[in-house]
Amino acid sequence: MDFQLVKSIFLDNWPMFVRGAVMTIVISVISTLVGAVIGLLIGVVRTIPTPESNRKKVALRVVNTIFSAYIEYFRGTPMIVQAMVIFYGSALLFDIHMNRFVAAILIVSINTGAYMAEIVRGGIVSIDKGQFEAANAIGMNHTQSMFNVILPQVIRNILPATANEFVINIKDTSVLNVIGVTELFFQTKSITGNNFKFFESYFIASFIYLLMTFSITRILRLFEKKLDGPENYDIVGNQMQI
Amino acid sequence: MERVLDIKHLSKSFGSNEVLKDINFSVNKGEVVSIIGSSGSGKSTLLRCINLLERPSSGKIIYNGKNILDNGIDIYEYRTKLGMVFQQFNLFNNHNVLSNCTVGQIKVLKRSKEEAEEKAIQYLKVVGMDKYINANPKQLSGGQKQRVAIARALAMEPDVMLFDEPTSALDPEMVGEVLKVIKELAEMGLTMLVVTHEMEFAKEVSDRVVFMDKGIIAEEGIPEQIFNNPIQARTREFLRRTLKAV
Repeated sequence: MDFQLVKSIFLDNWPMFVRGAVMTIVISVISTLVGAVIGLLIGVVRTIPTPESNRKKVALRVVNTIFSAYIEYFRGTPMIVQAMVIFYGSALLFDIHMNRFVAAILIVSINTGAYMAEIVRGGIVSIDKGQFEAANAIGMNHTQSMFNVILPQVIRNILPATANEFVINIKDTSVLNVIGVTELFFQTKSITGNNFKFFESYFIASFIYLLMTFSITRILRLFEKKLDGPENYDIVGNQMQI
Repeated sequence: MERVLDIKHLSKSFGSNEVLKDINFSVNKGEVVSIIGSSGSGKSTLLRCINLLERPSSGKIIYNGKNILDNGIDIYEYRTKLGMVFQQFNLFNNHNVLSNCTVGQIKVLKRSKEEAEEKAIQYLKVVGMDKYINANPKQLSGGQKQRVAIARALAMEPDVMLFDEPTSALDPEMVGEVLKVIKELAEMGLTMLVVTHEMEFAKEVSDRVVFMDKGIIAEEGIPEQIFNNPIQARTREFLRRTLKAV
């Protein structure tokens, strides 16, 4: 392999690589966060205990059916197809001509949301029943116990799975080139359109992808450790001054 | 005597399995009532029905002159009047000791943070855990966790404290520290309902002992009567078995 050539391709085109990488990161960060929020909200609703009144029972069932349909559709179809359907469909059916960047974030967010909803549900189910009971016994309703007791623990528990989603999003934003989003893959394709050095250019792109995914997983691992805190408690060092 | 809780014809079934059958009993203000009986007799279910962690199948629970099983009763508000202590402690894992004792006060009772912390520290002192306010639950021993759980319940300043086998999940050497705290609370005049397997403790602390067997209250009375002179054959049988085991 001619490293001299790889180097010169990078030096000639680095602004495009960087712009592509930044676009990829921005879309992935925003979409993973939005997706996680969608997942958390759906998770909270899907774990509401069956209400007493019939009207509420029916309403809850309707909402849950809609959520199930959403999850099944977005988990069960490729994101590249969803991107086409949403981007061209919104223009054709509703006459909405989306900005490509906004479309990208929308598509990746709702796609991530579908996966996160299931991850969150798993996270909530795995929390010890005693935590719900203690929260109820102290007088908290479903929303209060969710936000003050359950979800903070769920978020800690689903961090590894969320990091997974994040990594997948960084890689999968590459499919958005089909709707012309200028992320890293799109930029690399443009570069090869000029220099015809396919192997060397994509080799550089692969390295940038790896750098991004590797940094993200390390950062989230550090964050996990920080959340967990120390194993032992030191009375002397921790006494509150009253 | 002022009645705090009055339970009338309470029944609870899980499917076709009737766990509680027509329970009638009441708790007076300042009274310590122990509920004893073998595993599966319905003791814990009764306690859990009282604070509606289990919905009773039928019957009435009268609190402050109102049946709290009626429609339109704010059960969340009612639950703040009952302090529950669980067998498995159930401290909130995402909160430290102090915030375990304040989160309910702040979010449910809408007390200010300052007031809540003051109350929390006051009750953490009662249970001897005030040195650990910044500790996380996973850093504490079982006995310490249970004492914090007691302080958490006390900080809500409930009318009745419910203890669901508070020492059953503890190592033997930690049972004493928790029972000591509960004894002190009894001496302070708190109204308490204690489900327990600690017969010596029940004998010493209770004003009244309730013996449950197969979902009914088989016998109830002052400790001297239940432990020294039980009327029912099954009470005698239960005590013979449990006391021999010790």
